[in-house]
Amino acid sequence: MGVMTHSGRIRVRPLTKANLSIQITLIGLTLLTIYSFSTFDARNINLFAALGEMLNNFRMLFFEPRLKNTDWAELWHALLVTIGLGFLTTIFGAIIAFFLALLAAQNLAPRWLAQVIRAGTAFVRAVPTVLWVLFFAVSAGLGSVAAVLGMTFHSAGYLIKAYSESFEEIEPGVLEALRASGASWWQTIFQAVLPASASALLSWTFVRFEINFSTAIAMGATAGAGGIGYNMFMASVYYLDLRELGALSYAILLFAMLLEWLATRMKANLGAKG
Amino acid sequence: MQPLDIFHLRRRHAIFFFLVLAALTYGAILVTEYDTVRGLSAIPRAATWALRNFIPDAEAFARLPRILDKLLETVLMSVSSATVASACGLVVALMGATTTRLHPWLSLPARGIASIFRNIDVSAWALILLFSFGQSSYTGYFALFFVTFGFIVRVMIETIDEVSTESVEALRATGAGYLAIISQSIIPACLPQLISWVLFMIETNIRSATLVGILTGTGIGFAFDLYFKSFNYSSASLVVLVIVVAVLLIESLSNAIRRAVL
Repeated sequence: MGVMTHSGRIRVRPLTKANLSIQITLIGLTLLTIYSFSTFDARNINLFAALGEMLNNFRMLFFEPRLKNTDWAELWHALLVTIGLGFLTTIFGAIIAFFLALLAAQNLAPRWLAQVIRAGTAFVRAVPTVLWVLFFAVSAGLGSVAAVLGMTFHSAGYLIKAYSESFEEIEPGVLEALRASGASWWQTIFQAVLPASASALLSWTFVRFEINFSTAIAMGATAGAGGIGYNMFMASVYYLDLRELGALSYAILLFAMLLEWLATRMKANLGAKG
Repeated sequence: MQPLDIFHLRRRHAIFFFLVLAALTYGAILVTEYDTVRGLSAIPRAATWALRNFIPDAEAFARLPRILDKLLETVLMSVSSATVASACGLVVALMGATTTRLHPWLSLPARGIASIFRNIDVSAWALILLFSFGQSSYTGYFALFFVTFGFIVRVMIETIDEVSTESVEALRATGAGYLAIISQSIIPACLPQLISWVLFMIETNIRSATLVGILTGTGIGFAFDLYFKSFNYSSASLVVLVIVVAVLLIESLSNAIRRAVL
């Protein structure tokens, strides 16, 4: 609805609560951004010179990749370790999350229990994965054990939220009908809840696998988890070898793009089914 | 011919699916050299250790102002990198989306560049950018910037193509110019979605910034790394606590904004 203003122009967008919130958010983000630049710890770096250098570095990285301190067999093995780490933590996380999500869904478990588990998982998710991994490294030592534990923890926290929300979308009538016919709790889970939410669980798990693959790279670089992240860390910090870093980057890029393509296809399939 | 039993078939599929998963899991355990027994036994040990050592003490609270300072640095970096990257991402998404692109040939490069930026992990970007920016805030800033940029271009291309076909056609029929169509129809229609994604990226970036900070020696990640590696566990635990509070606060703030905006 157009409203005449003092200047005689027609105000096209009325001042609703939503529009006002959008404007306040945009102004807030802009102010915070401007303020943040004044707190930057630049450490004597000339931004424009460094940006020029960055473009030159990108040229070396993307157009002159080659391996020197690692060979191709080692590269593929390292990539496999990283994929394995991502896969393992997704599976472990999914198993834990499935059972706890049943207790965190408000239509399947007592309200107080669901709320306790939700609060716990919110805490687990709020701690960045790298801190979980370093935390477990104190008692398990730096390496794959700490990485698996830490990443599993965070994955479980993420998947409990996703799974329990999928469970809550199930038609209440279906559950009621099964309960009325005398089905046990486990029977309702396996005959109604699981079949109805299986495709949603599968796609959430795959999303988490994508996340865990990139987390596994990061854990190799920062928390001694091994895999291709460790090779990248060595190429960058010890050998100062951009060209090798380029070859390693292509390897992770390839696999990440494959995962993204699969996820898009999966989403399209799910959409077609219902 | 005997009719197929659907329940039998479904069960057979399920069993096959779980057998494949079990085999892959076993393979992953072998390849990562993960020791299941050591892993399981480490959990109770970690818990008892945490109860004894991983609790903030008075000495740690004396460091609180300095820790909060570092936290502010990290939060501000996450917000500003997400905001600037989203603004740039929106422009590139306009070039990449089918309804708003200036030329069909622009679409593929826009999508391709975005794909490279988001599919190289933020930690890998940090390792790459260390060469140009050293251990300064710029390294983390641009690492977060690139990943956010790639992500925003992708989701905004989808959003623009979803919201805009009919209104663009209508405006074109009235003879509106390209810029008028963009600023009067497309941007207002996409803005709530864009804000929702920016908030999502701010939440993601705070976690990533902690990680990147360990690599580049900046912000709250560096504070944690410093205390942790000098065995000052009570101060490190305070850092974790402060991060948790900040993440939960920002999550609930952005949920409130989302409810108001969408």
